[in-house]
Amino acid sequence: MNLIFGRNTSLQLRLVIAIVLSAVLIIGDRFTDGGSKVRASLNTIVSPLFYLANLPYEMFREGSKNLSSHQSLMVENDALREAQLVQNQKLQQYEFLKLENQKLRALLGSSKKLEDRKLIAQVLSVHSNPYSHQVLINRGLLDDVKESLAVIDDKGIVGQVTSVGSTTSRVLLITDTQHATPVRILRNNVRTVVEGIGKIDQLRLSHVPHSMDIRIGDVLVSSGLGGVFPEGYPVATVTSINRNEGRPFSEVYASPIAELDRIRLLILLWRNEVAND
Amino acid sequence: MTRHLGFILLSVFVSLVLALMPLPIAFEMYRPDLVLLVIMYWSLALPHRVNIGFAWMAGLIIDLALGSPLGVRSLTYAIVIYITASNYQKIRNFSVWQQAMLVALFLALYYLLVFWLNHFLLDIYFLPQYLWPVLTGALAWPWLFLLLRKYRRHFRIR
Repeated sequence: MNLIFGRNTSLQLRLVIAIVLSAVLIIGDRFTDGGSKVRASLNTIVSPLFYLANLPYEMFREGSKNLSSHQSLMVENDALREAQLVQNQKLQQYEFLKLENQKLRALLGSSKKLEDRKLIAQVLSVHSNPYSHQVLINRGLLDDVKESLAVIDDKGIVGQVTSVGSTTSRVLLITDTQHATPVRILRNNVRTVVEGIGKIDQLRLSHVPHSMDIRIGDVLVSSGLGGVFPEGYPVATVTSINRNEGRPFSEVYASPIAELDRIRLLILLWRNEVAND
Repeated sequence: MTRHLGFILLSVFVSLVLALMPLPIAFEMYRPDLVLLVIMYWSLALPHRVNIGFAWMAGLIIDLALGSPLGVRSLTYAIVIYITASNYQKIRNFSVWQQAMLVALFLALYYLLVFWLNHFLLDIYFLPQYLWPVLTGALAWPWLFLLLRKYRRHFRIR
């Protein structure tokens, strides 16, 4: 094995081949439609890696669960019971309001709203890719997950499913630069759009006219337009408004309501077609 | 022959799993690119086994796993490994700390290239914190180097 001479030309040739192949891949993946299908099947191949990488974390979690003291479990149990009591009380009213709403809708002759189908998913890996905010969840084609399903946590909207493998799928968070969420202001029903700017705790409202009625602390809920997110889930609260008249639009920033930096359990929402009757 | 390659693949596989392991989000931005460091080591130690083709495949797997545009990391891995594999005789003669400085340089090139390609593909903007892994990667190099050298000598990987 003589390694001292005669590898340079070969290396350069290899580099050229690698660059050409990568360029083909980049263009094929980014600018053609076939890319996503190929990706789905390739995702299926690498998904065992995620389960493996998640194993130590799961083990620690199970371990700490087993080791937690009787005392702390009792305290947690009490807190959960209390929370459930409060929620049940709210639910009683919710049932009543739902029925009332349905009757009113029937009286108005408008369409009935159906319950959305739900599925609980767990986050497998929070992305180590700084340029795009994504998480991987443990549900895929086998659980009937589809692209552009809405994903929420217990507080608000988290993002939407962008690519699906057989047992895993990828969720694009609302803070990603490629994501925009149609919302309306809960206080006065004004419609607008929030878009991600690549920071985990900040969103920007795009094209806000100076005359728009918006205040700091306003809650933005999903508007149901755009067909991805069901109506009425909390998205963000407005944190700063800069009305500089010299600029065409106001600069408005909001912070997401869902705790995107510590998500663990998520809910997938299938959007029901509205039944006409 | 396959035994040697098997051991190399095992080390790369372990680094891949470590690279995908969930970390608290506060540490996430300091996470060094372990896979690239491990491949860099092998390209210096055994350039006839690990060079551009190997790096390209590893980059592709990382791209898939991270959900970034396919081909970005395979391209940048190939370029960085081209530099190390074509200069392995010089780089081997440096002390570990000097190597760490060189590695910092290569990593800076790598992260800037990745950023630049992503900038074209995803319209993102530069934040200085994107370069933290250059520092952590350079600091990790001496330990990784010693560990992998021990591994290579113990199993007589050639």
